[in-house]
Amino acid sequence: MVSIPLEAGLLLAAVLFVIGLVGILIRRNILFILLSIEILLNASGLAFIVAGYHWNQPDGQVMFFFILTMAAAEVAVGLALALLMFHEFKTLNIDQLTRMQG
Amino acid sequence: MNTTFYVTAAVGILSTLFVITSLNAVHALLFFIVSLLATSLIFYILGAPFAAMLVIIINAGAIMVLFVFAIMILNLGPHMTEYEKPSFQPRQWVFPVFLALILIGEFVFTFFQHSPGVGVREIVDAKRVGIALFGPYVLGVEMASLLLLAGLLGAYHLGPYAINPREAKK
Repeated sequence: MVSIPLEAGLLLAAVLFVIGLVGILIRRNILFILLSIEILLNASGLAFIVAGYHWNQPDGQVMFFFILTMAAAEVAVGLALALLMFHEFKTLNIDQLTRMQG
Repeated sequence: MNTTFYVTAAVGILSTLFVITSLNAVHALLFFIVSLLATSLIFYILGAPFAAMLVIIINAGAIMVLFVFAIMILNLGPHMTEYEKPSFQPRQWVFPVFLALILIGEFVFTFFQHSPGVGVREIVDAKRVGIALFGPYVLGVEMASLLLLAGLLGAYHLGPYAINPREAKK
C-alpha cells in the first residue's frame, strides 16, 4: 500500500486555487465572485490538510478550522453586502460600482 | 487508495470548473456542493475525518444554505418562476448527480477498506485536533470566536438596509 505523494495533493490545491482565481477575474456577478472566493479558501485549506497529512501533525486541520471560520464570517458579510447592492443599484453586476459614496 | 484519490481529484476539478462557467447561479451552487463533497472525501482519504465532517456540516450545509437564501431573496417576482422552469428538467441536474454518484461509490469503497479511510499513515483524529486546538492554539480559537462575532454584527448591521433601505433610514 502506497501513500499519496505530497506533490499530487499540492498540485490539486494549486489547480483548484487557479480555477477560483480565474473565476474571480472572468465573472461580473457578485454572487459568482463570492463563490470563487469560497473556492480559493477551500483550496488553501486543502493545501494545509495535505501538509498535515505529510507530517502526520494536527496543525494542518487546526489551520483549516480557522480558514473555515473566516469563510463563514466573510460569506455572511459578503452576502449582506450583495443584498444591499441589489437594493441600491437593482443589479448584481460589479462593474456598476464605479465609485463609493460614504 | 491512490486511484481513489486521483478519481476524486478529477471529479473535484471538473465540478469546480463547472462552478465558474455555469450561467445559472443555482446550477453553480449544485456543482459547488459536489466540489465540496469531493474535497471532503479527499480529506477523509488523507486521514482527516474531523475536517471532512466540518466541510460537510459548515461549508456544504450552512454556507450553501446562506447562498440559497440570498438567491431566494434576490429572485423575487413572478417572472422568475418562468425563468426557473427549465431547472426542473432532469437533464439540468443529471450531470451533478452523476458526479456525486462517483463520489458515493468511492466513499463506500473506502469505507469497506481494510484500514478505515487512509493509506499507510496514521489517522489524525478529532481527539488530537481538539488537544491541539485547546492547547497551543487556544488564543487562535478565541480570535476565531471574536471574528465570528464581528461577522454576525456586520451582517446584522447591514441586514435592515439590505431588506428595506427606506425603513432603515428613518
